[in-house]
Amino acid sequence: MILMKDVYKTYDNGVTALNGVNVDIEQGEFVYIVGPSGAGKSTFIKLIYREEKPTKGSIIIGDTDLGDIKERKVPYIRRDIGVVFQDFKLLPKMSVYENVAFALEVIEESPKSIRKQVMEVLEVVGLKNKARSLPSELSGGEQQRVSIARAIVNHPKIVIADEPTGNLDPDTSWGIMKTFEEINARGTTIIMATHSKEIVNTIKKRVIAIEGGMIVRDEQRGEYGYEI
Amino acid sequence: MAMRFRTFMRHVREGFKNIFRNGWMTIASVGAVTTTLILVAVFLALVLNLNEMAKSIEDDVQINTMIDLTATEDEIIELGEEIEQIEGVDTVSFSSNDDELQKLIQSMGEEGEAWHLFEQDNPLNHVYIVRALVPEDTDRIASEIASFNYVDQVNYGRDVVEQLFEFNKYARTIGLALIIALVFTAIFLISNTIKITIMARSTEISIQKLVGATNGFIRWPFFVEGLLLGVLGSIVPIAVILGGYYYLYTNFNDQITFSFVEMLPFSPFAWQLSLMILAIGAIIGVWGSVMSVRKFLKV
Repeated sequence: MILMKDVYKTYDNGVTALNGVNVDIEQGEFVYIVGPSGAGKSTFIKLIYREEKPTKGSIIIGDTDLGDIKERKVPYIRRDIGVVFQDFKLLPKMSVYENVAFALEVIEESPKSIRKQVMEVLEVVGLKNKARSLPSELSGGEQQRVSIARAIVNHPKIVIADEPTGNLDPDTSWGIMKTFEEINARGTTIIMATHSKEIVNTIKKRVIAIEGGMIVRDEQRGEYGYEI
Repeated sequence: MAMRFRTFMRHVREGFKNIFRNGWMTIASVGAVTTTLILVAVFLALVLNLNEMAKSIEDDVQINTMIDLTATEDEIIELGEEIEQIEGVDTVSFSSNDDELQKLIQSMGEEGEAWHLFEQDNPLNHVYIVRALVPEDTDRIASEIASFNYVDQVNYGRDVVEQLFEFNKYARTIGLALIIALVFTAIFLISNTIKITIMARSTEISIQKLVGATNGFIRWPFFVEGLLLGVLGSIVPIAVILGGYYYLYTNFNDQITFSFVEMLPFSPFAWQLSLMILAIGAIIGVWGSVMSVRKFLKV
């Protein structure tokens, strides 16, 4: 599903973020990416949704080699990848419904199909009754659910989450994790960068630890392995 | 790739929203386009009219062949026949020295009264007025006529035409330089306005890209916005053209009209000019928006 071979990434300012990464993630896996700040987790994630290009090495997603792909094809790759951020990235002037519908509007779905899919996904994340609210009227956990809804509304094969619980209190975090598990149970690959020891050690999944731009540990049902 | 009508309408809606969202910047760019287009319009009206005038004068060029005072009647007739045989000559008409004096007196108005004295002892020549079939032949025909016997002098309006063309050329060069400078100013202002829209919406754009919007999809509303800025900027200039030209045409055309010079008629000229101004406005607007968006959307 996701195959990285000898991936190096050096930014224009000379900082080397990844230093020879090899990884193979199967369809339907749930993977934690752990490691200290500045270890290269974010770069690893950005390479998958083609926010950044590798300096060296190849990244293959499904049947597509991201190295060969033309710029104008990038948007179509993104439609198969949902992304969730720590800071939600919701549009403050749009309602919950509109924020989710937005993802379908830009890929030019019909209004009828948009309505149906948005209501379905809001049900999945448990926000059907908040469809008309503005993000500012919601709690942090609810806002993150909206951004998850937006990420999964067009049924992507992969969902990437960059510290999705980083801004949330522990109780709320467990709720969000439950939602991710449900999405994963439907066959969606989940790749989640996180700093939460509790989550990684409680909900046991594959753990990939990155340090100094290299994968130092890759274990099924792994532990967080760092002291904070 | 064909765009769905629904999507197209969405882009138009977004473009309109931006116009209002940007407030003062919108007013500044529309103002710049307006100023530019008013000058473009005045300049175009002037140059096109001058061109037309020069052309009609050129078409009207006649060769005045002054006949030698010593020529006898037979010799004059013979000369007339010779001129008619020159290739490219259209018409040859005879105007006696009395006719010429009357024309002179008339053309001088009140001052001409004094010239009545000469009616007794007319110092002017008899004249053959020759017209060429095509204006370009005038030069050649005139020099051929000059070589004939009994020809005192050959005059034609070449100098006037050349001066007019010369003036026209200067007016055009200066006007064009001015307009190009203004057009670029207007494009610059529009592209700045749109840059502000883009920055204000950078989060929205980054999310659009994240969920897989194509660059074309993101670009369209800005394209619409630029077009609108340009079109809005052309409203006042068009009103100025239509109103101003109508006023000038109805009030001054009679006064400035010599037999051969007149202004281009209000309809269709003013309408064509308005359309041209609208098109220039639209091009300026679209160009401005394309310039600013291109920089921002580099992936």
